[in-house]
Amino acid sequence: MVPRSWRKIRYRYDVRGSYCENCGNYHYPPRNFCPTCRRKGKLVETLFPEEGRVVSYTVVREKEPYIIALIELDNGARVLSQLSCEPGEVKIGMRVKKAFRRYGEDGEDGIIHYGTKFVPVD
Amino acid sequence: MRRVAVVGVGQSKFGELWDKGFRDIVLEAGREALEDADLEGKEIEAIFVGNMSGGRYLGQEHIAALIADYAGLAEFGIPATRVEAADASGGLAVRQAYMAVASGMHDIVIAAGAEKVTDVGDPMEILSASVDIEWERFVGGNLPALYAIIARLHMETFGTTEEDLALVSVKNHRNGALNPKAQFRREIRVEDILNSPYVAEPLKLLDCASVSDGAAAVILASEDVAKKITDTPVFIEACTQSSDYLALQSRKDILSMKSVVKAARDAYRLADVGPEDIQVAEVHDSFTIAEILAYEDLGFAEKGKGVELIREGVTEIGGKIPVNPSGGLKACGHAVGATGVRQIVELTLQLRGEAGNRQVDAEKGLALNIGGTGATAVVSVLGR
Repeated sequence: MVPRSWRKIRYRYDVRGSYCENCGNYHYPPRNFCPTCRRKGKLVETLFPEEGRVVSYTVVREKEPYIIALIELDNGARVLSQLSCEPGEVKIGMRVKKAFRRYGEDGEDGIIHYGTKFVPVD
Repeated sequence: MRRVAVVGVGQSKFGELWDKGFRDIVLEAGREALEDADLEGKEIEAIFVGNMSGGRYLGQEHIAALIADYAGLAEFGIPATRVEAADASGGLAVRQAYMAVASGMHDIVIAAGAEKVTDVGDPMEILSASVDIEWERFVGGNLPALYAIIARLHMETFGTTEEDLALVSVKNHRNGALNPKAQFRREIRVEDILNSPYVAEPLKLLDCASVSDGAAAVILASEDVAKKITDTPVFIEACTQSSDYLALQSRKDILSMKSVVKAARDAYRLADVGPEDIQVAEVHDSFTIAEILAYEDLGFAEKGKGVELIREGVTEIGGKIPVNPSGGLKACGHAVGATGVRQIVELTLQLRGEAGNRQVDAEKGLALNIGGTGATAVVSVLGR
């Protein structure tokens, strides 16, 4: 359950974050304010690299198990996302890339949630 | 700033309290604290209550006024304030009460913490509202999953094993068996933990504290007043709080909780002690990995060497720094907003020498209460 505003947030569908032109840091998700530079910061929204590596992960053992990974993109920003692959395939350091996938729905007849997941780079 | 002492402590039993309501358990803890301090309710000048989610666990907001009412103190118009920082709410209530007395605004106040989680909803799901709902929970990152991600990296980086994590649970259950207020009073073996089902790999069911019902209360007084009330004041020598980025993905290093490091550093400075002076600690073992991180971030061990303390028995009752003699969150049950107050109850009993057969020999104690995955940390140093 998240606020309904998520459906209109573009950041759900692309890996989109902010870049501070003052300090050169990338932030995911996008921020309104650069925590390093504060009022001197100059944040611009930008598309992030679609590939990165797995920093760490877990397999959540619910009825339908799923994998969540903390991924470091090639620009240094980190993203928490699901991985679409077999649990046995995942390794720390593994290269992954962005994919557009289904996350779930609000009940049987409800709205379907889509968003970004990652898949192994072959 | 005035010195502040704990002059009374009380606690309900923690667990699945089906036959009791929220107000019953709060009143039970409050009454016990008043009797312990030998004070009348009307001598209390203010109430602070730590409660994470009355709204979702019970459908009841305005918790502080409810408590003032049922404590019979609405008659006197007592100011009553609820504070919230997820499962650090209790520690934060103690800190607000501490500041109210230290500042000179009040002489005697009560800090309570309470949560009734078993009545409505899924307790762990509601506790998981402590993480970033839009950017962690949305993708499936509940609280166990995020701690599991930390645990996995700790294992990969430092060679920590699932057996090491299990040792934390074994120790805390052994201690909890000695605590009449604990939910789980049975010892468990390493194999029991290793054979329990995975919740989020590498964390298994018996690596996780259960989310439970419970309430705790402490009465704080200024030094002058405390010395008139009791012969055994336990002083709060520091009570500090720090924050960190809410989501793991915003942190540069997830193997250390920056909030804990900073709150501990500030607390040691204010109390004029170092980690080597701490003789007993109650830390936030919501998941076994969290206790290992606490050893490191509090300075009991170097980063990556926390597991040595549990392997070598250093944190057992009778070891050099007993940690969680109460049984911790794991064996007491994690009554969310009550946990941070319960930790102060335990340290007070330990420092007074009233902890029964789980008594340790200590003059200085430390409590660490964490909100979520560490976006809030509260550290208290107590001394007698």
